Amino acid sequence: MVVSCEQVWREISNYLEGEVGSELRAAMEAHFRECKHCTAILDGTKNIVHLYADDRLVELPAGFSARWERKLAESMPNSRGTAYGWLIAVAALALVSGSFALARFDSPTFNAIRSSHAEPGIGVPPEMMVEIAANGKTFHVPGCKYLHKNENEEGEVRLLAAGEAIREGYVPCVRCLRQYLNR
Amino acid sequence: MTIVERTANADDDDEPSLIARICKGEPSLFATLVKPYERRVYATALALLRNDADAQDVAQEAILKAFARLRQFRGESKFSTWLIQITVNEARMRQRKQRAELFEPIAELQDEEGAYTPRDFADWREIPSEALERSEIRALLAKALASLAQKYREVFVLRDVEQISIAETAEVLNISIASVKTRLLRARLMLRDILASDLANGWFSRAPFGKGSKPW
Repeated sequence: MVVSCEQVWREISNYLEGEVGSELRAAMEAHFRECKHCTAILDGTKNIVHLYADDRLVELPAGFSARWERKLAESMPNSRGTAYGWLIAVAALALVSGSFALARFDSPTFNAIRSSHAEPGIGVPPEMMVEIAANGKTFHVPGCKYLHKNENEEGEVRLLAAGEAIREGYVPCVRCLRQYLNR
Repeated sequence: MTIVERTANADDDDEPSLIARICKGEPSLFATLVKPYERRVYATALALLRNDADAQDVAQEAILKAFARLRQFRGESKFSTWLIQITVNEARMRQRKQRAELFEPIAELQDEEGAYTPRDFADWREIPSEALERSEIRALLAKALASLAQKYREVFVLRDVEQISIAETAEVLNISIASVKTRLLRARLMLRDILASDLANGWFSRAPFGKGSKPW
């Protein structure tokens, strides 16, 4: 079997892969012994394969490993990254619902009453001046002995119209304002 | 000389058990699984995209995607081949996106039909792999590879750079084994021609120019 240069070029890659039959291999080897050009091509191609297989050909960019490792950690369930994500989500939710609540309190309509045990002060004349203690939940007729005020603090009693007190969520004192309730 | 497949990693035997553990609730082990292949993932992305920033992006995407899809890995191929396949797909997706944005002609000038005739018959001495320590040699090789058309570059990168088998290369690229062989031959001969003028005639054959002398 005799092979031409063109045949050798066609098979040179398979030859390097060890994927040519024994007869063709022998014929190609005979050809290489005779043909300087084909030998040059064989050597050059071998060299190409050899050089490109070397790991040193490509250098990993600085920080590449750290970057994918960080991204990977962030994408993992139960990772710190995800936990922070949840925290942020919960905080955002709290903030949003908080602002809704605030909006509700700020609205010109009635606030939620501050004591669920009290009766609403619907019957109290809104323009009537009443007193409230800073930390109290009820409003009183000025001078009511049931107005609980802290003796050590001054200026903690506020005088305002009953309507306003009701809007702020205060409820009437069942003693001094009894006459306006249970109607 | 017979080209062999990349030798298996020492830890290859542990891979299936490592993968099983990751799937059963030890996800942090995934980094250990991927670490030995990070260079190959990046090198593949770089060879296909020819741009470092895109390659880093795509390589990272591929790793994250492999993690997300690990349960779909059936163990029919090697994990490394599966990972490279994801990388190739990610790189191709990125290229399609860029082509759509930039109008880059897809026409391949280097035709697969007909036999390839080598142009340069210069004999070159064997280039020692130590030559790769020199950044200018690495740059020459990278530039030559980047000049190949996509279909040759893909095959060459998988077979000769990543050293996965011809059959696996065909599987990853979804082409026939015969096509892999034809394109591989072309790629190797073209690279030899491109580099012959630089490597055979330039760096390693001629005597170095004396100090102060000029080559022209």
